[in-house]
Amino acid sequence: MRNSKVVTLEEAIRRSGLKDGMTISFHHHFRGGDKVVNLVVDKLAQMGFKDLKLAASSLSDVHKPLIEHIKNGVITGISTSGLRGELADAISHGLLKEPVVFRSHGGRGSAIVGGELKIDVAFLGASASDELGNACGVPRSENAKSICGSLGYALPDARYAKHVVVITDDLVAYPNLPAGIRGADVESVVVVDSVGDSSKISAGAIRDSKNPRDILLAKQAAKVVINSGYFQDGFSIQTGTGGASLAVVKYIREEMLSRGIKASFALGGITAHIVKLHEEGLIGRLIDVQSFDKVAAESIAKDPSHVEVSSVEYASGEHLGSATHALDIVILSALEVDTQFNVNVLVGSDGIIRGAIGGHQDTAADSALSIIVCPLLRGRIPCVVPKVTTLITPGKSVDVVVTEYGVAVNPARPEITEKLRAAGLKLVDIKDLAAKATSIIGTPDPLPFGDKVVGVVMNRDGSVLDKIYNIK
Amino acid sequence: MMFVPGNNPGMMADAHIYGPDSIMLDLEDSVTMAEKDAARLLVYNALKSIDYGNTEMVVRINPLNTPYGKKDVEAVVKAGVDVIRMPKTETAEEVRELEAEILKVETEIGRVGETKIMAAIESALGIVNAYAIATASGRMMGIALGAEDYSANLKTNRTPGGAELLLAREQIVVAARAAGIACFDTVYSNLDDMETFRKEVELIKTLGFDGKSIINPRQIEVVNSVFTPTEKEITKARAVVAAIKEAQAKGSGVISLNGKMVDRPVVLRAERTIALAVAAGVIDKEEVL
Repeated sequence: MRNSKVVTLEEAIRRSGLKDGMTISFHHHFRGGDKVVNLVVDKLAQMGFKDLKLAASSLSDVHKPLIEHIKNGVITGISTSGLRGELADAISHGLLKEPVVFRSHGGRGSAIVGGELKIDVAFLGASASDELGNACGVPRSENAKSICGSLGYALPDARYAKHVVVITDDLVAYPNLPAGIRGADVESVVVVDSVGDSSKISAGAIRDSKNPRDILLAKQAAKVVINSGYFQDGFSIQTGTGGASLAVVKYIREEMLSRGIKASFALGGITAHIVKLHEEGLIGRLIDVQSFDKVAAESIAKDPSHVEVSSVEYASGEHLGSATHALDIVILSALEVDTQFNVNVLVGSDGIIRGAIGGHQDTAADSALSIIVCPLLRGRIPCVVPKVTTLITPGKSVDVVVTEYGVAVNPARPEITEKLRAAGLKLVDIKDLAAKATSIIGTPDPLPFGDKVVGVVMNRDGSVLDKIYNIK
Repeated sequence: MMFVPGNNPGMMADAHIYGPDSIMLDLEDSVTMAEKDAARLLVYNALKSIDYGNTEMVVRINPLNTPYGKKDVEAVVKAGVDVIRMPKTETAEEVRELEAEILKVETEIGRVGETKIMAAIESALGIVNAYAIATASGRMMGIALGAEDYSANLKTNRTPGGAELLLAREQIVVAARAAGIACFDTVYSNLDDMETFRKEVELIKTLGFDGKSIINPRQIEVVNSVFTPTEKEITKARAVVAAIKEAQAKGSGVISLNGKMVDRPVVLRAERTIALAVAAGVIDKEEVL
């Protein structure tokens, strides 16, 4: 092809005009199986770059080699939705000089569109690309080596970054269309052995539970959904990936069948459980910003009513037409909920970063009904507490908290309280739940935080919501 | 009645949230020799400090002829347990021996007569002596079948249909009814086969048992759904109860419903249906009175 953009990674970097101090970006659609971040940053280090700012949609356990690159001064700033594993642990202890900037998925989309997050060079992994950079997350040839489904978090980068490098492990013949990443936005295409291990896209996040506590939580959450008033023909729903969240889908499905109710769409991270309901005709469309497992990724490859959307279209804001504003019900998890209904999904009760904001802030704020499903206790750790360690989702966005010791409704939603009571659900005051947790395990010692800010939690509007301090 | 190993603090801490009628904390078979003392201490503290609400608390102790049995009795009586479950009971004499141990501890702490006894019958000799065991003490609240040891003792195996247990089950129900106490069936341990479990629960309900022992919260729903009276049964029972009230109001000794005289067994069955419906939370207690 005369106008081929295929070059080596080194050549692509050279052509991009990347300089020390600039911002590079990545998506996390391969989650635990991602190979692109480490591959590219290793190459950048080898080429002698310093002081780069890394803007990822999220980072996980697999990115621990970044620790060395931070120590060597290659990476000096990070923005992401989440951090896990050894990298998170090192950063919590003060590894990075600048605080990590944490944004929700919708918040990142807004920041890219609004120019607060300027990306100089985006390195975007894809399961298939042609020589012009038309690229996607699904297989397009018999030689395909990977699949990650939706590339939703890569799409704003592809559109708004100054320079875009597509990295693929399957170069296919032009035209690789339809494709989320369009060749017009792409400057270079790099072919590598592997962009990601697809068997790990669901690692760490998805569990199918036989745990009686998860089942109890799921049944209670399903009762809340069913009796909330929003469970009507044509409703829309988003669920998370925790064991309980997944089990909720099962119980809601049974009720949909028995009442003859269908959902118009399901949003968000799409799972195999949701795909099943869609294929049974119980959910009209799947609006997919990230495919949480292989079944979901395979579904988006073959099913025209399973649609890829960017993080901006997913959850950024009303003026950007984001889907969250049309969402009726969202079921979310939490590390901690406090008596003001504030939620923390990012920092563990040990003060170490161990999670991701994801779409939590966005969906809780925009949906008509947000339900947090969270055990009162995880082992000896209380999850309903007087005050969250770190504020991620403000209590005014949270409507119902479901625990194994009872369901608490935000006093700001008296009409929900009334409906659930009428349906025979036993409701409790969230302060009583916190007191119950304390009565069982006592009051934990205060965390030994230092005075160095290691993370800043952004609100969706670009303001600072909370700061994370180093843990000693 | 849900079995919970007495050496597992995580399970003990929240066993009640799943809504079993009673919880049996186990010091016997689920606890290894090396952990007997630790488990006893854990169970003691669980009973003392965890708010189990209205759940009836049972502890299965080690047999009195082991080095642990008497220490178990002392610890759990002092902790205020509702019921002591005695394993492998074979004779009335053993029940009286346990009763004496309980009384000794109760006297020491000034709480005489509060601790009830449930005897698990797990051998052929125990089945033969079932009525004597059931009537051995005023503290007896129930007898229960322990099928694993029983079928081994019979030199047979457990089968899905439970033919090998038929006599034992009937004997236990008959002995309990003759003694005026409760009876509980054995556990079913294959958690992946809820269908067979449901059939077994239906069978033992038909035989007359008051309840089923379970090993996992996932089994609670099945037991409750089998034992909870249907709407039709409740409606019928209500009609009978209303007829009784009407007869009482008239001062009449004869109760009639739809022109037919209501026999005493019908009255008893109706009362039991209402009691089960109240226990299952299907109808309110106030509603009945």
